[in-house]
Amino acid sequence: MITVQADDLVRILPQAILAGFAILVMVFEPFLPAARKTLLGWFSLFGVVAAGAATIRTSFSPGLAFGNSISADRFSLFFICLFLLVAALTLLGSFHSLERENINHGEFYALLLMATVGMCFMAASTELIMIFLGLEISSLATYVLAGFKRQDALSNEASLKYFLLGSFATAFFLYGIAVVYGLTGTTNLLVLSAQLGRSGEFRPGAVFAWVALLLMFVGLAFKVSTVPFHVWTPDVYQGAPAPVTAFLSVGPKAAAFAVLLRIFLGAFASAGSGVFWVFWASAILTMCLGNLAALLQSNVKRLLAYSAIAHAGYVLVGIAAGRGEGTAPVLFYLTVYALMNVGAFLLVAHLAGTGERWTRIEDFTGLGYQRPAVAACLAAFMLSLAGFPTTAGFFAKFYIFRAAVHSGLIGLTIVAVLTSVVSVYYYFRLIVVMYMREGKAEAASASLPWALRVALAISVVGIFYLGLYPTDFLLLTNLAAVPLP
Amino acid sequence: MVPLAHILALSVILFGLGAAGFVFRRNIITIFMCIELMLNAVNLAFIGFSRYLGNLDGQIFAFFVIVVAAAEAAVGLAIIIAVYRNRGSLSIDDFDSMKL
Amino acid sequence: MFGSYLPILVHFVVVVVVAGAIMGLSAWVGVKRPSREKLSPYECGITPVGDARGRFSISFYLVGMLFILFDVEIAFLFPWAVVYRSLGWFGFIEMFLYIVILLAGYLYIWKKGALDWTR
Repeated sequence: MITVQADDLVRILPQAILAGFAILVMVFEPFLPAARKTLLGWFSLFGVVAAGAATIRTSFSPGLAFGNSISADRFSLFFICLFLLVAALTLLGSFHSLERENINHGEFYALLLMATVGMCFMAASTELIMIFLGLEISSLATYVLAGFKRQDALSNEASLKYFLLGSFATAFFLYGIAVVYGLTGTTNLLVLSAQLGRSGEFRPGAVFAWVALLLMFVGLAFKVSTVPFHVWTPDVYQGAPAPVTAFLSVGPKAAAFAVLLRIFLGAFASAGSGVFWVFWASAILTMCLGNLAALLQSNVKRLLAYSAIAHAGYVLVGIAAGRGEGTAPVLFYLTVYALMNVGAFLLVAHLAGTGERWTRIEDFTGLGYQRPAVAACLAAFMLSLAGFPTTAGFFAKFYIFRAAVHSGLIGLTIVAVLTSVVSVYYYFRLIVVMYMREGKAEAASASLPWALRVALAISVVGIFYLGLYPTDFLLLTNLAAVPLP
Repeated sequence: MVPLAHILALSVILFGLGAAGFVFRRNIITIFMCIELMLNAVNLAFIGFSRYLGNLDGQIFAFFVIVVAAAEAAVGLAIIIAVYRNRGSLSIDDFDSMKL
Repeated sequence: MFGSYLPILVHFVVVVVVAGAIMGLSAWVGVKRPSREKLSPYECGITPVGDARGRFSISFYLVGMLFILFDVEIAFLFPWAVVYRSLGWFGFIEMFLYIVILLAGYLYIWKKGALDWTR
């Protein structure tokens, strides 16, 4: 006889509310006339806020739920809040550009909420199969979102590539789970970590154990787009509608990092040095290739895509630094990265104009004179992405590097610092074009709609707040990093 | 009774065939079928392990994987139809409109 | 180790030899007088109409896709049906919610006109 306690339900309340709103949006969609679809967007935003309120309720009764498969701890609540923030910012920034592109369908909002539900489950699950289901829920929704401009060949192509490579990666992740199950008879991370803790070292003789870990790493590496599993990223980020790219470049990536933390720094923390070297090598590759390839780009969306790859490399440095040192800086970094990347992509989505015509760097020439406020906003995002002091990007990188030095990863830190110096060049190229060249910016036409202004204001204020007063938030991330299983 | 090693060998071979097909095939539908083959290879491993361990969990996972694979098939076919309407081609070599 | 597979090998060899002999003999000995009627795809069936590679209506794929989804979701109902007595009200409410969610999807595709064949 199975019973469900009230606490079980409270511990998945945010996800349940989001899923409920997603279904309602989907059911209402066919009943609304085409001109009124933005109503569904506001309704979805209300759902996100309601889920945020539910998260506060959940935080009062932390613990395990549904046969130890869901854990409502500070770690998962932190990530749920992050995902809700990303979803809210994306919603606020997307109303206008969806209307402009003539793709303002209710399905967009339903899929966005569903993707958020999947991400929340990924962060909150302590059961590998639940993680897999969350991964698939968010992936399937984002595959469709990437191709949301149905008539547009580039959007189609982005969707197709994302779908094919994404499901390829998922199959690897799933095979990893199967091998773990075969070796231990369980897929519960808590049970696994208890078993490994008892036997001390992860049996080095068991080749299959390494195979399992490697397969799971490959599957997640695709989602966070680390080199050499990054090939889909530039194409998908370029082809997908820009508001979707804003969401894609942050949400699924942060969720996959949450899973990486839970699996590799949590349950398999005692697995030893083999895992460490995998992270070490892919961090170096990702930072170098991401930053160097970004130097060659002429399309802003593609430039930001390579920058997103490079940032994944810095997060990997944090993971390589280990559980004690690295987890809190990684959480800090992911939050800051979410704020600045969503802001930058939403702004690019607006400036690109109808059909996203103006996405080359030259199209931003002279923007600083025609639209000072908008250009200042974009410049702030670029400065933060480059890691300039007084912006949050600086402290995000600083904490990661400090954690790496404390763990004795001097070589990795040197590479990280050098590559971030290189990255300054391509971020500043955009700023130079905006401020130091005369010209009529093609990308300067329409005025900012107020919903987008709210989203940008939140990101900019967040960036400068975390850049000037980072300590409070760092304490918060330290608290959130504790309950890793 | 078939020993576990045989089931696993079959599963690994199927998974390898799927992965190889994914890399070397040029038709999108075929690539898509290769992915399905990989997922079903995993199912086979789950079932084999489940019987070997005398533990029903593996079979439940197989159920979930089947359902996820079906959802993936629906989404994938929808994407492929949209792509075909726009391009009139299903060869992966034609999808290179975004370069550097 | 492979001893138990020997009968299969023998079977395989016999099958190849017999099938090869039958087909080879009929190709070698048989008399061929092809006519238009004999060369048609179904010699004693209905005369084929049009090309086999003709295009299907797009709604064929649509209905196919939707069928896969709803068909496979049923896979969860069978295990539930086997143990629903021991699951009690909890299982019933869970399944009720599950069906309601499926129904929401059904309502959506219905209102979207995906089930409308003539469109």
